[in-house]
Amino acid sequence: MIMKLTINGEKKEVARESMTVKELLAHQGVEMPDMVSVQINGDFLERDAFDSRIVREGDEIDFLYFMGGGSSA
Amino acid sequence: MIDFTESQLERYSRHILLDSVGVEGQQKLLGSRVLIVGAGGLGAPAAMYCAAAGIGTIGIVDADAVEVSNLQRQIIHFTDDLGSAKVSSAREKMEAINPDVTVEPVKAFVNASNIVDIIEGYDFVIDGTDNFATKFLINDACVMQGIPFSHGGILRFNGQTMTVLPKESACYRCVFHKPPPKNMIPTCSEAGVLGAVAGMLGTVQAAEALKYITGAGDVLADALLTFDALPMNFRKVRLKRNPNCAVCSERPSITELRDEEQAACDLK
Ligand SMILES: [Zn+2]
Repeated sequence: MIMKLTINGEKKEVARESMTVKELLAHQGVEMPDMVSVQINGDFLERDAFDSRIVREGDEIDFLYFMGGGSSA
Repeated sequence: MIDFTESQLERYSRHILLDSVGVEGQQKLLGSRVLIVGAGGLGAPAAMYCAAAGIGTIGIVDADAVEVSNLQRQIIHFTDDLGSAKVSSAREKMEAINPDVTVEPVKAFVNASNIVDIIEGYDFVIDGTDNFATKFLINDACVMQGIPFSHGGILRFNGQTMTVLPKESACYRCVFHKPPPKNMIPTCSEAGVLGAVAGMLGTVQAAEALKYITGAGDVLADALLTFDALPMNFRKVRLKRNPNCAVCSERPSITELRDEEQAACDLK
Protein backbone atom coordinates (compact mmCIF):
# COMPACT_ATOMS: atom_id res chain seq x y z
CA MET A 1 0.00 0.00 0.00
CA ILE A 2 1.18 3.46 -0.83
CA MET A 3 -0.15 6.50 0.97
CA LYS A 4 -0.09 9.88 -0.77
CA LEU A 5 0.62 12.88 1.43
CA THR A 6 1.59 16.50 1.00
CA ILE A 7 4.48 17.35 3.29
CA ASN A 8 5.64 20.96 3.46
CA GLY A 9 3.88 21.62 0.17
CA GLU A 10 5.47 18.69 -1.65
CA LYS A 11 3.62 15.59 -2.79
CA LYS A 12 5.11 12.53 -1.18
CA GLU A 13 4.37 8.84 -1.32
CA VAL A 14 4.89 6.78 1.76
CA ALA A 15 5.04 3.03 1.45
CA ARG A 16 2.91 2.44 4.51
CA GLU A 17 -0.76 1.89 5.13
CA SER A 18 -0.91 3.86 8.31
CA MET A 19 1.46 5.55 10.66
CA THR A 20 1.34 8.04 13.50
CA VAL A 21 2.66 11.58 13.20
CA LYS A 22 5.55 10.58 15.41
CA GLU A 23 6.40 7.72 13.05
CA LEU A 24 6.06 10.03 10.07
CA LEU A 25 8.48 12.53 11.62
CA ALA A 26 11.03 9.74 12.09
CA HIS A 27 10.33 8.41 8.59
CA GLN A 28 10.98 11.88 7.14
CA GLY A 29 14.31 12.14 8.91
CA VAL A 30 13.29 14.72 11.50
CA GLU A 31 15.86 14.02 14.19
CA MET A 32 14.49 16.42 16.76
CA PRO A 33 10.68 16.29 16.84
CA ASP A 34 10.78 18.60 19.87
CA MET A 35 11.96 21.35 17.53
CA VAL A 36 8.99 20.93 15.21
CA SER A 37 5.44 22.19 15.39
CA VAL A 38 3.02 20.18 13.25
CA GLN A 39 0.01 21.43 11.34
CA ILE A 40 -2.33 18.94 9.61
CA ASN A 41 -4.80 20.21 7.01
CA GLY A 42 -4.38 23.69 8.45
CA ASP A 43 -4.99 22.73 12.09
CA PHE A 44 -2.37 22.61 14.80
CA LEU A 45 -1.65 19.29 16.34
CA GLU A 46 -0.92 19.31 20.04
CA ARG A 47 2.45 17.76 20.79
CA ASP A 48 0.94 15.06 23.00
CA ALA A 49 -1.11 13.87 20.01
CA PHE A 50 1.97 13.13 17.84
CA ASP A 51 1.85 9.60 19.20
CA SER A 52 -1.83 8.98 18.61
CA ARG A 53 -2.80 10.93 15.47
CA ILE A 54 -2.81 8.57 12.51
CA VAL A 55 -1.72 10.07 9.22
CA ARG A 56 -4.33 9.53 6.51
CA GLU A 57 -4.24 9.42 2.73
CA GLY A 58 -4.38 12.95 1.35
CA ASP A 59 -3.34 14.72 4.56
CA GLU A 60 -1.52 17.99 4.08
CA ILE A 61 1.14 18.16 6.73
CA ASP A 62 3.43 21.04 7.59
CA PHE A 63 6.48 20.70 9.79
CA LEU A 64 7.22 24.16 11.20
CA TYR A 65 10.62 24.46 12.77
CA PHE A 66 11.68 26.52 15.72
CA MET A 67 14.19 29.04 14.49
CA GLY A 68 16.21 31.43 16.62
CA GLY A 69 18.77 33.78 15.14
CA GLY A 70 19.19 37.50 15.46
CA SER A 71 20.63 39.15 18.54
CA SER A 72 20.71 38.34 22.25
CA ALA A 73 18.73 41.43 23.26
CA MET B 1 0.25 66.66 8.81
CA ILE B 2 3.91 67.18 8.16
CA ASP B 3 4.89 69.64 5.41
CA PHE B 4 7.73 68.31 3.33
CA THR B 5 10.79 70.40 2.63
CA GLU B 6 12.32 70.35 -0.84
CA SER B 7 15.04 68.01 0.30
CA GLN B 8 12.53 65.66 1.93
CA LEU B 9 10.50 65.51 -1.27
CA GLU B 10 13.67 64.49 -3.02
CA ARG B 11 14.83 62.08 -0.31
CA TYR B 12 11.53 60.22 -0.29
CA SER B 13 10.70 60.62 -3.98
CA ARG B 14 10.90 56.88 -4.68
CA HIS B 15 8.34 56.24 -1.95
CA ILE B 16 6.16 59.12 -3.03
CA LEU B 17 6.11 57.69 -6.56
CA LEU B 18 4.51 54.49 -5.28
CA ASP B 19 0.72 54.59 -5.58
CA SER B 20 0.19 52.72 -2.34
CA VAL B 21 2.63 54.91 -0.38
CA GLY B 22 2.63 58.42 -1.86
CA VAL B 23 2.85 61.65 0.11
CA GLU B 24 0.30 60.40 2.59
CA GLY B 25 2.15 57.15 3.26
CA GLN B 26 5.42 59.01 3.67
CA GLN B 27 3.78 61.34 6.18
CA LYS B 28 2.56 58.30 8.10
CA LEU B 29 6.09 56.89 8.15
CA LEU B 30 7.54 60.15 9.46
CA GLY B 31 4.89 60.26 12.17
CA SER B 32 5.34 56.63 13.20
CA ARG B 33 7.24 54.86 15.97
CA VAL B 34 8.86 51.46 15.40
CA LEU B 35 10.78 49.46 18.00
CA ILE B 36 13.50 47.02 16.98
CA VAL B 37 14.45 44.49 19.65
CA GLY B 38 18.00 43.37 18.96
CA ALA B 39 20.66 45.24 16.99
CA GLY B 40 22.05 42.00 15.57
CA GLY B 41 21.71 40.00 12.37
CA LEU B 42 18.03 40.84 11.85
CA GLY B 43 17.86 44.16 13.65
CA ALA B 44 20.81 45.65 11.75
CA PRO B 45 19.30 45.57 8.24
CA ALA B 46 15.82 46.28 9.64
CA ALA B 47 17.12 49.38 11.45
CA MET B 48 18.92 50.67 8.36
CA TYR B 49 15.87 50.30 6.12
CA CYS B 50 13.54 51.79 8.72
CA ALA B 51 15.88 54.78 9.11
CA ALA B 52 16.30 55.22 5.37
CA ALA B 53 12.52 55.02 4.93
CA GLY B 54 12.00 57.89 7.33
CA ILE B 55 10.28 56.13 10.23
CA GLY B 56 10.11 59.18 12.50
CA THR B 57 11.08 57.48 15.74
CA ILE B 58 13.00 54.22 15.96
CA GLY B 59 13.61 52.52 19.28
CA ILE B 60 16.48 50.04 19.38
CA VAL B 61 17.05 47.62 22.26
CA ASP B 62 20.23 45.64 22.87
CA ALA B 63 22.46 45.10 25.88
CA ASP B 64 25.56 43.92 24.02
CA ALA B 65 28.72 45.48 22.67
CA VAL B 66 29.95 44.95 19.12
CA GLU B 67 32.20 41.90 18.74
CA VAL B 68 34.29 40.94 15.76
CA SER B 69 32.20 37.81 15.07
CA ASN B 70 29.13 40.07 14.64
CA LEU B 71 30.53 41.89 11.63
CA GLN B 72 29.93 39.03 9.16
CA ARG B 73 26.20 39.81 9.20
CA GLN B 74 25.34 42.76 11.48
CA ILE B 75 25.96 45.34 8.80
CA ILE B 76 25.00 48.39 10.85
CA HIS B 77 28.20 47.89 12.90
CA PHE B 78 31.62 48.66 11.46
CA THR B 79 35.09 47.43 12.38
CA ASP B 80 35.74 50.75 14.15
CA ASP B 81 32.76 50.08 16.44
CA LEU B 82 34.30 47.02 18.11
CA GLY B 83 33.69 47.30 21.84
CA SER B 84 31.03 50.02 21.53
CA ALA B 85 27.48 49.43 22.73
CA LYS B 86 25.46 48.06 19.81
CA VAL B 87 22.68 50.57 20.46
CA SER B 88 25.14 53.49 20.24
CA SER B 89 26.73 52.15 17.07
CA ALA B 90 23.30 51.53 15.53
CA ARG B 91 22.05 54.98 16.53
CA GLU B 92 25.05 56.67 14.92
CA LYS B 93 24.47 54.91 11.59
CA MET B 94 20.71 55.48 11.57
CA GLU B 95 21.15 59.19 12.23
CA ALA B 96 23.83 59.36 9.58
CA ILE B 97 21.57 57.66 7.03
CA ASN B 98 18.67 59.99 7.76
CA PRO B 99 18.69 63.06 10.02
CA ASP B 100 14.86 63.04 10.02
CA VAL B 101 14.94 60.04 12.34
CA THR B 102 14.93 60.23 16.12
CA VAL B 103 16.56 57.16 17.64
CA GLU B 104 15.62 55.98 21.12
CA PRO B 105 18.37 53.59 22.27
CA VAL B 106 17.68 51.20 25.15
CA LYS B 107 20.75 49.41 26.44
CA ALA B 108 19.12 46.49 28.20
CA PHE B 109 18.08 42.87 27.96
CA VAL B 110 14.32 42.66 27.71
CA ASN B 111 12.67 40.64 30.44
CA ALA B 112 9.23 40.13 31.89
CA SER B 113 9.57 43.10 34.22
CA ASN B 114 10.80 45.74 31.74
CA ILE B 115 9.26 44.76 28.41
CA VAL B 116 5.92 46.54 28.80
CA ASP B 117 7.66 49.84 29.58
CA ILE B 118 9.96 49.33 26.61
CA ILE B 119 7.32 48.51 23.98
CA GLU B 120 4.67 50.94 25.18
CA GLY B 121 3.88 53.74 22.76
CA TYR B 122 5.32 52.04 19.67
CA ASP B 123 3.15 51.37 16.62
CA PHE B 124 5.01 48.26 15.53
CA VAL B 125 7.72 46.01 16.97
CA ILE B 126 10.36 44.05 15.07
CA ASP B 127 11.63 40.97 16.89
CA GLY B 128 15.28 40.57 15.97
CA THR B 129 16.24 38.47 18.99
CA ASP B 130 18.07 35.16 18.90
CA ASN B 131 16.48 33.12 21.65
CA PHE B 132 13.14 31.50 22.22
CA ALA B 133 12.57 32.85 25.72
CA THR B 134 12.68 36.43 24.40
CA LYS B 135 10.67 35.55 21.29
CA PHE B 136 7.83 34.19 23.41
CA LEU B 137 8.09 37.16 25.78
CA ILE B 138 7.86 39.66 22.90
CA ASN B 139 4.88 37.74 21.50
CA ASP B 140 3.04 37.66 24.81
CA ALA B 141 3.74 41.30 25.65
CA CYS B 142 2.74 42.53 22.18
CA VAL B 143 -0.46 40.44 22.21
CA MET B 144 -1.36 41.73 25.68
CA GLN B 145 -0.58 45.35 24.80
CA GLY B 146 -2.20 45.06 21.35
CA ILE B 147 0.93 46.04 19.44
CA PRO B 148 1.48 44.38 16.04
CA PHE B 149 4.90 42.85 15.54
CA SER B 150 7.08 40.93 13.14
CA HIS B 151 8.59 37.65 14.30
CA GLY B 152 11.81 36.54 12.66
CA GLY B 153 14.13 33.56 12.97
CA ILE B 154 17.18 32.46 11.04
CA LEU B 155 19.44 29.46 11.14
CA ARG B 156 22.20 28.44 8.76
CA PHE B 157 20.61 28.98 5.33
CA ASN B 158 17.02 29.18 6.54
CA GLY B 159 14.76 31.96 7.62
CA GLN B 160 11.18 32.36 8.74
CA THR B 161 8.95 35.28 9.55
CA MET B 162 5.35 36.07 10.40
CA THR B 163 3.53 39.26 11.27
CA VAL B 164 1.19 39.15 14.24
CA LEU B 165 -1.85 41.38 14.51
CA PRO B 166 -2.84 40.75 18.14
CA LYS B 167 -6.13 38.86 18.52
CA GLU B 168 -6.78 39.19 14.79
CA SER B 169 -4.23 36.82 13.33
CA ALA B 170 -2.29 33.79 14.55
CA CYS B 171 0.36 34.67 17.13
CA TYR B 172 3.75 33.01 17.63
CA ARG B 173 2.35 30.99 20.53
CA CYS B 174 -0.60 29.79 18.40
CA VAL B 175 1.96 28.04 16.22
CA PHE B 176 4.82 27.16 18.53
CA HIS B 177 3.04 26.81 21.90
CA LYS B 178 6.10 27.02 24.15
CA PRO B 179 9.89 27.13 23.89
CA PRO B 180 11.58 23.86 22.91
CA PRO B 181 13.09 21.85 25.74
CA LYS B 182 16.33 23.08 27.19
CA ASN B 183 19.61 21.16 26.93
CA MET B 184 18.51 19.33 23.80
CA ILE B 185 20.62 21.14 21.34
CA PRO B 186 23.68 23.31 20.80
CA THR B 187 23.43 26.98 21.66
CA CYS B 188 22.81 29.71 19.10
CA SER B 189 26.38 30.86 19.28
CA GLU B 190 27.47 27.42 18.08
CA ALA B 191 25.12 27.42 15.08
CA GLY B 192 26.18 29.11 11.90
CA VAL B 193 24.23 31.43 9.65
CA LEU B 194 24.98 32.82 6.21
CA GLY B 195 25.27 36.57 6.73
CA ALA B 196 23.16 37.49 3.73
CA VAL B 197 20.35 35.23 5.01
CA ALA B 198 20.08 37.50 8.05
CA GLY B 199 19.90 40.44 5.66
CA MET B 200 17.15 38.81 3.62
CA LEU B 201 15.02 38.17 6.65
CA GLY B 202 15.64 41.45 8.47
CA THR B 203 14.77 43.25 5.24
CA VAL B 204 11.46 41.36 4.98
CA GLN B 205 10.74 42.42 8.56
CA ALA B 206 11.46 46.08 7.74
CA ALA B 207 9.19 45.82 4.68
CA GLU B 208 6.42 44.46 6.90
CA ALA B 209 6.79 47.43 9.27
CA LEU B 210 6.66 49.88 6.36
CA LYS B 211 3.63 48.11 4.86
CA TYR B 212 1.81 48.04 8.16
CA ILE B 213 2.35 51.75 8.74
CA THR B 214 1.50 52.90 5.24
CA GLY B 215 -1.29 50.35 4.77
CA ALA B 216 0.27 49.19 1.50
CA GLY B 217 -0.61 45.62 0.54
CA ASP B 218 -1.20 42.83 3.02
CA VAL B 219 1.12 42.01 5.88
CA LEU B 220 2.21 38.42 6.55
CA ALA B 221 -0.65 37.78 8.96
CA ASP B 222 -1.96 34.23 9.36
CA ALA B 223 1.03 33.09 7.36
CA LEU B 224 4.56 31.95 8.01
CA LEU B 225 7.04 32.75 5.28
CA THR B 226 9.90 30.27 5.30
CA PHE B 227 12.84 30.06 2.97
CA ASP B 228 15.83 27.88 2.40
CA ALA B 229 18.57 29.84 0.67
CA LEU B 230 20.45 26.73 -0.50
CA PRO B 231 17.95 25.85 -3.25
CA MET B 232 16.52 29.39 -2.75
CA ASN B 233 13.02 28.07 -2.14
CA PHE B 234 10.39 30.30 -0.57
CA ARG B 235 7.18 29.02 0.91
CA LYS B 236 4.23 30.66 2.59
CA VAL B 237 2.42 28.38 5.02
CA ARG B 238 -1.13 29.45 5.82
CA LEU B 239 -1.80 29.63 9.53
CA LYS B 240 -4.84 30.25 11.63
CA ARG B 241 -5.40 31.26 15.20
CA ASN B 242 -5.31 28.41 17.66
CA PRO B 243 -8.56 28.46 19.65
CA ASN B 244 -6.61 27.01 22.58
CA CYS B 245 -3.73 29.49 22.36
CA ALA B 246 -2.34 30.18 25.82
CA VAL B 247 -2.13 33.91 25.21
CA CYS B 248 -4.43 35.14 22.42
CA SER B 249 -7.49 32.88 22.84
CA GLU B 250 -10.73 33.84 24.55
CA ARG B 251 -9.66 32.19 27.78
CA PRO B 252 -5.90 32.58 27.93
CA SER B 253 -3.95 30.57 30.50
CA ILE B 254 -1.13 33.13 30.38
CA THR B 255 -2.35 36.45 31.74
CA GLU B 256 0.88 37.67 33.26
CA LEU B 257 4.25 38.04 31.60
CA ARG B 258 6.91 35.63 32.71
CA ASP B 259 10.43 34.79 31.69
CA GLU B 260 10.56 31.43 29.96
CA GLU B 261 13.49 29.18 30.56
CA GLN B 262 16.26 29.96 28.15
CA ALA B 263 16.58 27.39 25.39
CA ALA B 264 18.93 27.07 22.48
CA CYS B 265 18.29 27.31 18.77
CA ASP B 266 19.66 24.56 16.56
CA LEU B 267 17.54 22.05 14.69
CA LYS B 268 17.91 18.97 12.58
ZN1 LIG C 1 -2.10 32.96 19.84
